[in-house]
Amino acid sequence: MATINKNAIQQVVTLVSNKRIGAYHQILLNVGDVVKSCRPGNFVAIRVGGDSSKMILRRAFAISRVADNSQYGGTMELIVAPHGSGSKWLCSQQEGAEIDIIAPLGTAFGIPTEPINALLIGGGYGSAPLFGLADVLKNRGCKVDMLLGASVGSKIYAPMEGKRSVNSLKIYTEDGSMGETGRVTENLLDIVRDRNIDVIYSCGPMAMLSAITALMAETDVIHQCAVEESMACGVGICMTCVLPVQNEDGTTSMLRSCIDGPVMDGSHVRWDLVGKVPEALA
Amino acid sequence: MTLPVDMSTTLGNAWFPAPLFTASGCASSGKELAQFFPLNQIGAVVTKSVMSKPRHGRPTPRMAETPSGMLNSIGLQGPGIDSFLANDVPWLLEQKARVIVSIAGETVEEYSTLARKLRSVSGISAVEVNISCPNVENRGLVFACDPDASRRVIDGVRKTIGGDLPIIAKLSPDVTDLPSIARGVVDAGADGLALINTVLGMVINIDSMRPHLGGKTGGLSGPAIKPVAVRAIYQVHAALPKVPILGMGGVVSGRDALELILAGASGVSVGTASFGNPSAIIEIQNELRDLLAARGFATMQQAIGYAHREEA
Repeated sequence: MATINKNAIQQVVTLVSNKRIGAYHQILLNVGDVVKSCRPGNFVAIRVGGDSSKMILRRAFAISRVADNSQYGGTMELIVAPHGSGSKWLCSQQEGAEIDIIAPLGTAFGIPTEPINALLIGGGYGSAPLFGLADVLKNRGCKVDMLLGASVGSKIYAPMEGKRSVNSLKIYTEDGSMGETGRVTENLLDIVRDRNIDVIYSCGPMAMLSAITALMAETDVIHQCAVEESMACGVGICMTCVLPVQNEDGTTSMLRSCIDGPVMDGSHVRWDLVGKVPEALA
Repeated sequence: MTLPVDMSTTLGNAWFPAPLFTASGCASSGKELAQFFPLNQIGAVVTKSVMSKPRHGRPTPRMAETPSGMLNSIGLQGPGIDSFLANDVPWLLEQKARVIVSIAGETVEEYSTLARKLRSVSGISAVEVNISCPNVENRGLVFACDPDASRRVIDGVRKTIGGDLPIIAKLSPDVTDLPSIARGVVDAGADGLALINTVLGMVINIDSMRPHLGGKTGGLSGPAIKPVAVRAIYQVHAALPKVPILGMGGVVSGRDALELILAGASGVSVGTASFGNPSAIIEIQNELRDLLAARGFATMQQAIGYAHREEA
């Protein structure tokens, strides 16, 4: 049975900077040595709202990237969409604010030992952790192509420095306000065939992850996806973030996306059963 | 200078060096929390209620945050008693943690079957009989809402388990007359009571305009229900002053824990607070020690039910 990320620690850290980028906030935290154990795909659980808050649960955010910075020591970057009350609170925090975090949590994207052709697919702010992943893959000699999609152009997150770590970047928006009109799954099979893709790494809404898995079902392409399921604790004790995942013997288990995920093999997730209960053991 | 406070407590014939416990269903089987503090520093780990067979639980969404609280609808997902006894209990005992095993069943017979399996297990401190999980398909199956069904479950467990393993009955606050349910299970053989389980609630999603949780209803926990817990503990302690109570419901600070103890709790479980802060139990325990010392208590046990004392 999977266990909590052995490197996870709880600490109070300082917010170094908070910049608005399009629809998102880029938040930099001074986290110290813990950056050494953060891997692309891992997430952080953050206490929100301050001591007298009516918000009692942590919020989980994908770690966008980490750096060992000469000026600040280890820094962790998050790309946050101010959607709900918790993320709005985090986005309202100023430089110098003290933030209670637990990191790194969850599984990481598997990094190949040999140079491969990788396709990274991000939906909305789901693209954030993919740029850190692109760096790592690039350093391993992989060819890295990227597809990003969102409903509108302002929700595409693609920083200039990030673009340097990919061989190609293609953008889709549903309203056509940036890049091509449509979704990332539009010509996916053609792209995968033309570019001899070995592995797809994806992060974004569950419907996108499910659609990619379905398209890849008849191919040999491995699909590693970072799932999104609402969590109360992030550390494996509340059992709210479960997903139906197929075991080797064909049975299905409800696995915690905070412990057995967020990165999972897309072909193992029973997307058809998300929001349902496998019948045999209901 | 204040003298150190003796923090030990008892539940039936089980002794614990410290008065803070995990709450069943809020710590899994302890492995994850062990990364944040040594499990032997608290009174005991109360494990997630286990049933006789493996169980998937309810569909997602299983959670909704509410003001100062949350609704959950897990539905007793778990590995089943055999896997639990083979894997989780030995691991906890290896950590030198004290263990209270929580059991849940769909029938009176299932509880007895679970009790039979626990009989031969050495090293556990007590059994919590969870007769009040709100997340079952049929509300008629919430034994703790029915005085007669509650008694029959506890009677079956008492007769099967034999020996002197303390039985703690976990009750629901969603009843009209809690003291009478409490008296019934004590008469049937419960050595202690766990008060309170979550309060049945619902959240409606105003976008889908349907109940938000996959299971429609869920159990409300967190600071929002603390006054309900204090009231329940106070009422039951007044009616049954000799019966030890493991108190729980919205405790996030040492002050909250002290309130439950003053109302009549012999020990305090921390549940939802651990979701927001996995070190909460240890922090609460330390704060409680300071608060007791500041009020001149030499032992935690002197504070149990202190709110019931006669006017001077």
